[in-house]
Amino acid sequence: MIRIENLWKSFDSQEVLRGVSLHVKPGEFIALVGMSGCGKSLLLRHLVRLIRPDQGRVLVDGHDVGTMPQKELEALRSRIGYVFQSGALFDSMSVFDNVAFPLREKTRMGETQIRQKVMEELDQVGLKDAEHKYPAQLSGGMLKRVALARTLVRAPEIILFDEPTTGLDPIVVNSILQLFDSVHRRLNLTGILVSHEIPEIFGIVQKIAMLHEGSIVAVETPETICASPNPVIDQFVNGKPEGPIKVR
Amino acid sequence: MKIIQWITAWGSWLVERLSGLGKFALFLCAAVVYSLTPPIKTDRIIKQLWFIGWKSLPVISLTAIFTGMVLALQGHPTLRRVGSEAFLGPLVALSLIRELGPVLSALMVTGRAGSSITAEIGIMRTNDQIDALHLMGLNPLRYLVTPNLLAMVIAMPLLAAVFDVIAIFGGYLLGVRVLGLNAGAYFGEMNNYVVVRDILNGVYKSMSFGIIIAWVCCFKGYYSRFGAEGVSAATTQAVVNASVLVLVWDYLLTSFIS
Repeated sequence: MIRIENLWKSFDSQEVLRGVSLHVKPGEFIALVGMSGCGKSLLLRHLVRLIRPDQGRVLVDGHDVGTMPQKELEALRSRIGYVFQSGALFDSMSVFDNVAFPLREKTRMGETQIRQKVMEELDQVGLKDAEHKYPAQLSGGMLKRVALARTLVRAPEIILFDEPTTGLDPIVVNSILQLFDSVHRRLNLTGILVSHEIPEIFGIVQKIAMLHEGSIVAVETPETICASPNPVIDQFVNGKPEGPIKVR
Repeated sequence: MKIIQWITAWGSWLVERLSGLGKFALFLCAAVVYSLTPPIKTDRIIKQLWFIGWKSLPVISLTAIFTGMVLALQGHPTLRRVGSEAFLGPLVALSLIRELGPVLSALMVTGRAGSSITAEIGIMRTNDQIDALHLMGLNPLRYLVTPNLLAMVIAMPLLAAVFDVIAIFGGYLLGVRVLGLNAGAYFGEMNNYVVVRDILNGVYKSMSFGIIIAWVCCFKGYYSRFGAEGVSAATTQAVVNASVLVLVWDYLLTSFIS
């Protein structure tokens, strides 16, 4: 479904992605891990053409995202949900209006239908009572839930999570990850989760891809990753300060 | 070798500046095209009209009343010296309608609403909200820039008109009530000297200033650098650049009209 082929991206003289290749099958939920600043979020942005590669291709269902015409890109983006690290909720709108926003702007649904759909999604993420609140009144965990509801209301086939649990306490992290897992199972979505939450993510993804020094060093099941003799993976997974990865 | 390095650095700087200007021009072209083609975001335009127009009224009124009073205070002694105190009305009215009304209201709106527009769009950029709009299949220019552009074009002439009326009243308060000029002379001579063309020129100026303010402030916010420092720098640049552009454009337009 998603195929990344030999992707290169640099800024000025700094090469961030150096020949990244990755394949995500339909219905598969994979985690993308790696050191902070190694280019995980950058890679995710290429999948929806928020950024274009210097070299290489991103194919979704065989179509090259980097070169497809604008109309085709918009159609593709309507099939992809993207949960930003910040949530990217609109500050001036209530929770209800934030979730209703894509429906009001991009569909011909009536207000009654929109209300029903929005309340269903808010119920799914456990925030039915927060519909009148504004983003500034929400906790970090609630923000991520609203962002997920706004993404799910568009019924995407692919969902991309960009560090959705960063900065949250362990209990909220687990509850958010469980929510992602249940959404993935219920809707059979294809997903990529960029996260640092090890080992919490092991239970919800089928595979883990590790990005190191601009390329993917391993795409394995969580069990294989845990038992990997590769010193880079071993250092990262076990959080060892000493090893081949230089701590910046 | 040093000369080649110098030429390369200078060339890169020039190319960067020219491409920046091109981007700036294309931004306006896109905003104008989206302003003239459906779908028009009427609710957003009304919201921005309220914010830019209605909420600027207090500061515009306050600036206007003192501007009118100062004009009368400065104009009266000079006119008295040549025995033409009766022309205080036309002096105040023409200065305001042709120049000061549109220019000062534009500068006040730049400081109050323009800076806020830049900061809002800049924060939306920083918080990924603009990218979120892209991913929802919405055009951020149509959603964020066009309503501001249209609201500015509608609000600016109205604010300048309010400015003119209040400032003329300020001139009346000082000239007639304080300095003892005849009220009939103040308004009567004004009626004789101010023509429709003066008013229309003021309207055209205000509309063009509205385009400049929306253009510069939205552009600076849209391409703001990330973080609080980036948004802060973008806001400062927006206010300074828009104010200078308003004054330069005022000179060019006045030369052309004259």
